[in-house]
Amino acid sequence: MKILVAIKRTIDANVKIRVKADQTGVETANVKMAMNPFCEIAIEEAVRLREAGTASEVVAVSAGPAHVQETLRTALAMGADRAVHVETEAELQSLGVAKILKAVVEQETPTLVLLGKQAIDDDSSQTGQMLAALMGWPQATFASKIVLAEGEADVTREVDGGLETIRIKLPAVITVDLRLNEPRYASLPNIMKAKKKPIDVKTVDELAVDVAPRLKILKVEEPPKRQAGVKVESVAALVEKLRNEAKVI
Amino acid sequence: MSEFAGAREIRFQLYDLLDTEALATRARFSGQGRDVYDAVLDTAERVAAEYFAPHTRAADLREPWLEDGKVTLLPEVKAALDAFAAAGFLGAHHDEALGGLQLPWTVTQACLSYFQAANIATTAYPFLTIAAGNLLARFADEAQQRRYLKPMLAGRYFGTMCLSEPQAGSSLSDIKTTARPRDNGSYALRGTKQWISGGEHELAENIVHLVLARTEGAPPGAKGLSLFIVPRYRVNDDGNRGTANDIALVSLLHKMGYRGTVSTILNFGENDRCVAYLIGEPNQGLAYMFQMMNEARIGVGLGAAMLAHAGYLHALDYAKTRLQGRHPGGKDTTAPPVAIVEHADVKRMLLAQKAYAEGAMALCFYAARLVDDEMTAPDEAARQDAGLLLELLTPICKTWPSDYGPRANDLAIQVLGGYGYTRDYPVEQYYRDNRLNPIHEGTNGIQAIDLLGRKAGLEDGRALALLSARIAATCQEAFATQGLTEHARALEHAVATMRQVTETHLRALAAGKRNEALANASLYAEALGHVIVAWMWLRQALVAERRLAAAAPPEADYLRGKRQACRYFFAYELPRVAPLAAILERMEQTCAETSPDWL
Ligand SMILES: Cc1cc2nc3c(=O)[nH]c(=O)nc-3n(C[C@H](O)[C@H](O)[C@H](O)COP(=O)(O)OP(=O)(O)OC[C@H]3O[C@@H](n4cnc5c(N)ncnc54)[C@H](O)[C@@H]3O)c2cc1C
Repeated sequence: MKILVAIKRTIDANVKIRVKADQTGVETANVKMAMNPFCEIAIEEAVRLREAGTASEVVAVSAGPAHVQETLRTALAMGADRAVHVETEAELQSLGVAKILKAVVEQETPTLVLLGKQAIDDDSSQTGQMLAALMGWPQATFASKIVLAEGEADVTREVDGGLETIRIKLPAVITVDLRLNEPRYASLPNIMKAKKKPIDVKTVDELAVDVAPRLKILKVEEPPKRQAGVKVESVAALVEKLRNEAKVI
Repeated sequence: MSEFAGAREIRFQLYDLLDTEALATRARFSGQGRDVYDAVLDTAERVAAEYFAPHTRAADLREPWLEDGKVTLLPEVKAALDAFAAAGFLGAHHDEALGGLQLPWTVTQACLSYFQAANIATTAYPFLTIAAGNLLARFADEAQQRRYLKPMLAGRYFGTMCLSEPQAGSSLSDIKTTARPRDNGSYALRGTKQWISGGEHELAENIVHLVLARTEGAPPGAKGLSLFIVPRYRVNDDGNRGTANDIALVSLLHKMGYRGTVSTILNFGENDRCVAYLIGEPNQGLAYMFQMMNEARIGVGLGAAMLAHAGYLHALDYAKTRLQGRHPGGKDTTAPPVAIVEHADVKRMLLAQKAYAEGAMALCFYAARLVDDEMTAPDEAARQDAGLLLELLTPICKTWPSDYGPRANDLAIQVLGGYGYTRDYPVEQYYRDNRLNPIHEGTNGIQAIDLLGRKAGLEDGRALALLSARIAATCQEAFATQGLTEHARALEHAVATMRQVTETHLRALAAGKRNEALANASLYAEALGHVIVAWMWLRQALVAERRLAAAAPPEADYLRGKRQACRYFFAYELPRVAPLAAILERMEQTCAETSPDWL
């Protein structure tokens, strides 16, 4: 069984984000980048499935400028067998990425596509769902447990009320949640070995995909600064404030 | 930015200052590159954050203890060391033939720096094991390497360094431990070793002690010391662990800091059954040990720098959120208080910490790069120069950071005020941990005597000339850079002053006036250290100036911070050289001429 894992390169989770002065986005120049943490979980799961003998090959795929190859190397160092880089300088939105992934899925014909449930930069949580729709495949989102069997998968999902387990037919798209596993770090020998694993580079044109953005970003702002607290004199005053100012009761 | 080490800072040091990627063009490092180095650093940061940092305080509060006669440590220590070994850090710099990855020393030291900042005491175990491993890789024979080094690189055996004895600390020539030849080429060891870090524990299957001892009939003094492999458990021919090797734990030592590292007094051969194996030639022990110690000393300096840096980051973060007081010029007493980082005096304390920590880091990484250059620079002359410069810089890499690192931590405590004095904040521990660094691996006093008595005059002064030439080259660049010309002038002047002072002392030494000439060696080390760190700051400011034009915040602020810390160093620190130099130049003898009876 071949597993395809989609990877996004995002600003490192530890970096303090700064909005660009012109409010068109956030500063990325000289900012430390890393693999989106949910994508790490997806890679980890795929590698574990291969180590357990359930999967035979793990292919990591990412779209973006040349730099994303560094993130693909991380995936290779964590244990992916090979990688596909779809090169483009264009701005990519969820739908564009889903279309690119569809083209790659059609070439690679995996049995399972794993993605992070969302990326920590734009928090869209759309790519996996869009890919499933474009492929006409079953999907299971927010997975905290995946059990693969012949032609189907039992997936435990994190939903508002607790956990839900569903059975889907393969091939399918699964997006993974935080509690699925603890991703490994890339060991030094594996980092060196990853240098020798192949990355297949394609362009958006070769895949004949239209990635033109459908959404327009009007403005990016810092979240409002937290206001200083106030002391209230009595419970009655507190209730009054909660009701009329905060409007929470 | 993680809380204990600035990822941007380490990358600035490696790439912007030292062009570490360029190493990948050398045959030994072929196939590597910035992507590999970045990935390796990421793993270091992650393992340090996940496995080392979380138990730093717990291990401080719970010093190693004896349980049923066994040295016991918090279980987190072993988990961290297993992760360190599994990630491949123990052998990363070694030859591929030994199972290593041939990563540059500069890069593996940068990895180590994350661990030092996260948890210096737990890092001491691999630090010692790596140092012992380097020594075996260089001087042990093939059979010894197979038997002891291989399992060390795999993390199965740990290493120690056994030099000190109760009566022989600074004065290694007084070592009394003896080695008596046995019939089969091995030796029977007998003696007491004091202070041995990592001397006994259950973290590893076996412990490989590297012990300095005197063979029977060897000449007295340092010339008669040989170096031995002394395993805690003998190792059978099939590589399995054999019987205990008659090494008794006399006691554990209880310390001010570095408390997670077990400190031991060990008795070797109480029952005359302690077997030791000679490394290399007899009577060469100290020479072998010092080759290794030189790298370890740079590591000690780096540890001091990283603790200073960790304290700085913490104090900075605190100062930005602690509201207290108003500007002296403000008239409105009802105005809200400002963050303490607004106060000039707090900024002074933060700038000093930054200047000490990042200046010391730059010095230690520069030295680490010299280790790589000495081994792999393309031409012979460059390799020799690197080796010579390294010899001169090594005592300064040990003394300056370990002297100024604790001062930075002292200021971090001050920035936090009363909170800094409590155990609820990490800065008091940084200070206590860092306070070891001027003491071990040769006290700073002994290092200073070595610097002035031996290194300053190396190869008829060629080492110092080489250093001056490199500083002059930086000054030339600075003269051509707006805003840095004054600094360049000040640095040139300070170099000239120190050359003059050195001349004076070398002349006195040549005239046999060793006592007089070496009386103020510590001042010499401090003054020369200050000049060299000023040079390190000028190098950093040059990079900042070059980059600033094209930089946007936060990068631009980061670079302005570099420029400002350089300005601080030249305004507040470099001027301290002149009064020190004046005391040195007149060879002040107040201390030397003081009778112990008067004290
Ligand atoms: C926590 C810790 C861990 C250690 N780990 C190890 C280890 O793993 N292995 C090991 O072998 N050793 C270890 N040491 C020992 C360490 O290297 C010694 O403590 C150090 O070399 C100083 O020796 P000493 O303590 O006997 O001090 P002394 O030599 O007694 O020195 C006391 C003071 O006198 C000064 N002094 C001594 N001689 C001279 C001189 N000739 N001229 C001028 N000043 C002088 C010193 O600078 C110092 O200020 C460790 C020490 C500590 C505290």
